[in-house]
Amino acid sequence: MAAPCFFSRLWRAALALLALGSLAASQIEDQAKQFFRSGHTNNWAVLVCTSRFWFNYRHVANTLSVYRSVKRLGIPDSHIVLMLADDMACNARNPKPATVFSHKNMELNVYGDDVEVDYRSYEVTVENFLRVLTGRIPPSTPRSKRLLSDDRSNILIYMTGHGGNGFLKFQDSEEITNIELADAFEQMWQKRRYNELLFIIDTCQGASMYERFYSPNIMALASSQVGEDSLSFQVCPKSLCVSTPGHRTDLFQRDPKHVLITDFFGSVRKVEITTETLSLQRDSQITESSYKEDRMDEELMEPLKYAEQLPVAQIIHQALLAEVWTLPSAPCGMLGSRSWPATFTETEAEGLAPPWGLHSRPVGPYHHGFLQDLWNQAHEVHFLDSRVREGRVEDCSLG
Amino acid sequence: MGSGGWETARAECGVGRGNLSGSACQGSGAAPPRPSVSAPQSAPVPSDVVRGKRAALFFAAVAILLGLPLWWKTTETYRAPLPYSQISALNALQLRLMVPVTVVFTRDSIPLDDQEKLPFTVVHEREIPLKYKMKIKCRFQKAYRRALDHEEEALSSGSVHEAEAMLAELKEQAEGSLTVYVISEYSSLLPQDMMSYIGPERTAVVRGIMHREAFNIIGRRIIQIAQAMSLTEDVLAAALADHLPEDKWSSDKRRPLKSSLGYEITFSLLNPDPKSHDVHWDIEGAVQHYVWPFLNALSAAGNFSVDSQILYYAMLGVNPRFDPTSFSYYLPMHSLPHVINPVESRLGSSAASLYPVLNFLLYVPELAHSPLYIQDMDGAPVATNAFHSPRWGGIMVYNIDPKAYNASELPVRVEVDMVQVMEVFLAQLRLLFGIAQPQVPPKCLLSGPKNEGLMTWELDQLLWARSVENLATATTTLTSLAQLLGKISNIVIKDDVASEVYRAVAAVQKAAEELASGHLSSAFVASQEAVTSSERAFFDPSLLHLLYFPDDQKFAIYIPLFLPMAVPILLSLVKIFLEMHKSWRKPEKID
Repeated sequence: MAAPCFFSRLWRAALALLALGSLAASQIEDQAKQFFRSGHTNNWAVLVCTSRFWFNYRHVANTLSVYRSVKRLGIPDSHIVLMLADDMACNARNPKPATVFSHKNMELNVYGDDVEVDYRSYEVTVENFLRVLTGRIPPSTPRSKRLLSDDRSNILIYMTGHGGNGFLKFQDSEEITNIELADAFEQMWQKRRYNELLFIIDTCQGASMYERFYSPNIMALASSQVGEDSLSFQVCPKSLCVSTPGHRTDLFQRDPKHVLITDFFGSVRKVEITTETLSLQRDSQITESSYKEDRMDEELMEPLKYAEQLPVAQIIHQALLAEVWTLPSAPCGMLGSRSWPATFTETEAEGLAPPWGLHSRPVGPYHHGFLQDLWNQAHEVHFLDSRVREGRVEDCSLG
Repeated sequence: MGSGGWETARAECGVGRGNLSGSACQGSGAAPPRPSVSAPQSAPVPSDVVRGKRAALFFAAVAILLGLPLWWKTTETYRAPLPYSQISALNALQLRLMVPVTVVFTRDSIPLDDQEKLPFTVVHEREIPLKYKMKIKCRFQKAYRRALDHEEEALSSGSVHEAEAMLAELKEQAEGSLTVYVISEYSSLLPQDMMSYIGPERTAVVRGIMHREAFNIIGRRIIQIAQAMSLTEDVLAAALADHLPEDKWSSDKRRPLKSSLGYEITFSLLNPDPKSHDVHWDIEGAVQHYVWPFLNALSAAGNFSVDSQILYYAMLGVNPRFDPTSFSYYLPMHSLPHVINPVESRLGSSAASLYPVLNFLLYVPELAHSPLYIQDMDGAPVATNAFHSPRWGGIMVYNIDPKAYNASELPVRVEVDMVQVMEVFLAQLRLLFGIAQPQVPPKCLLSGPKNEGLMTWELDQLLWARSVENLATATTTLTSLAQLLGKISNIVIKDDVASEVYRAVAAVQKAAEELASGHLSSAFVASQEAVTSSERAFFDPSLLHLLYFPDDQKFAIYIPLFLPMAVPILLSLVKIFLEMHKSWRKPEKID
């Protein structure tokens, strides 16, 4: 009697052990996966360009490039604090107004038409920067100017401009030292305003800025070491102007090899399927009466017709056209439909052509036809042209 | 040459002794010229030299004894006194959460001799094992008593819902308290296999037992029920999720919104294809009928404001895929996280208010992509066709009945069925607030939800969790402020900031007292006040006043002021000292 009982118990024990073993293995695997994952639920980015004036064009271009990357990878504007002097796009010296290019071949306009600059022009100061980081903002500040991060936020901080050994220059009038920055990060850590922080500094002698950090969970990258200048590779060839990037990961708790770029540059929401519903009682009386009201309103109004929407997809993915373009009718009725470029040079618009001679170039593979049309139309109605020639910057910007 | 110069200076000093003006010797801090010949001790020192020495000593004394302390005092960072000892005592705070439970025994529920012992009180206290610096103890204070006549009558009615209704209208229960009615073992109030019942209004019904150990057995059952209705370890762990170091990645604990004074709820209708669909939704009626009753039930937890909008030509950022078997389009689960970001910028939620915003979106798919289903991980379409994101909101896809396209031309008029939509949105709202499905003990009947969608004791659970969370946040804020003041010497504390800190400390202590005595509503209010005061003190803009003025730059400011004054004084002091030292040596030499 005892023997079969014993064997069945042994059998059951073995099964249980196996099950436990596999469970434990999968649990360990799960735990391992979770361990390498960061525990963040949202992402923020603070992008600061600390210089102004035309000769610092590259700093603005760099900051805007990072802004575009970060936006494209998913961080929304409400989670980006962009601090720029913003005096490039509408600068009188800009040959292509309302654009900022990241490369001299002028391929990519990083300014675009949906830039949201939170701190503009003279608002980019050390005090405002530190207030944004520590959260000690006057109560009247709008939401878009605040860093509303919590203890589950990963923050990317990118700073560029002119720097020196232990300091960073803000708009030629003040400086922020590495001690102040370290203290600001410590204040953020004490209030648990970040989960992990990636600090990138793109200035001369940038490595000196992260020397004094002492708060945990910070990873720092710099474009140059102490004593080196960080110069634009488009201006200076790589053989002459090379700077050694530096990094600091001792304060970071996870292994940097397992950290994804998108932990800081992108933003992916945690999402769950809704499986439950409440049960509500229908109140039929109310819904019927509101339906009747809507019906009455509609009979009074005229039938609506939907206008043709702008074919946005066509504009963005414009194929290169080598054939002759026909201009649509100009808004002010100055031109009928003509064919380009045959009669164009004969019009009075030629005399008003801007000095860089856009119109005189023949149609070729480096023209985007539709945009070119718009540009030409604008010139022909004397709109943009007169302002550009007089070089008034204020007309360009809205405020 | 040099000595000659000094001789003449001494001569001039001697001559001009009577004059009070014009003499080069008077009023200067310079050391009097040293006698060139080692004069014997008995030679009379001219009074000018003595006066000069006294002047130098006086200057030095004033500078060191008066000037230095004055400068130190006037340039130190102003810090109003703070209650540091009380703040450090908060770290070791022991929270006792008391739940007053009234246990009412009907006539046949327990043996007679046990009935004689009524009324009395039993206390059940247990420490919640959380790895947190604040110790939390859960205390159920059970007051046993006999049932009154009207209660006996109510409990002998046909169904438990009738009994509930009769009992509820008789008295109003304080927040946080519970009442448990013990009925006879064979009563027909509950279905035969059910041992207990949890009602929607802070009442529960438990079967009694005719046994020697009746009180103990029933006591255990009551504790189980009371825990399910008020405080369990999970509820508290979820409340303190932000403060506990481990288990950061559990999805349950990441879900609830953080405690805040108010919330903004936005309902948006997204219509990407107005040419095909003319969508109407009676949002005002739906909000009036379904949302506001729910929010009014939750009103103790904060201020709510609701708004709504309709967005046209708002696309999802993801292309749905076509499923040939069912002739429908679907969104796979892994593409759902990418839906939210492109649409969020158009919602305008950042301009709404400073309170946290919850967005609920209703998406009516375009004609080319209808019908659209959301697939879960196994590839099956989700019944609710909705998903939500923690601390953000929820999205539901509303498919139009294909019969609507038959007769009419485009655009088709669509009336959104608001009840179906609100059922999903309110369920999502519950999840986002962290009102989880309760853990009912076995053989327990849970009553259906009330009309509002929220049971009263669920609100109590929320308030308990929020109170504990608020106290944890306030304590952490105050402690970190004290630590920061120790580490960074440049932070200024003005008087109003100090008064906020005092207020916060007092509010934390009051909240702890109220929790220990079982007054949930006043404890919650006190905890909210503690959080607001501590946050106001920590984030006051004036604390940053001197932060970007590091110590090493102070030297650059003080040196041009102090150096020209300090050098002559120091030199004169050195000379006096050397001279005295020399004159002490001489008597030794002679001797």
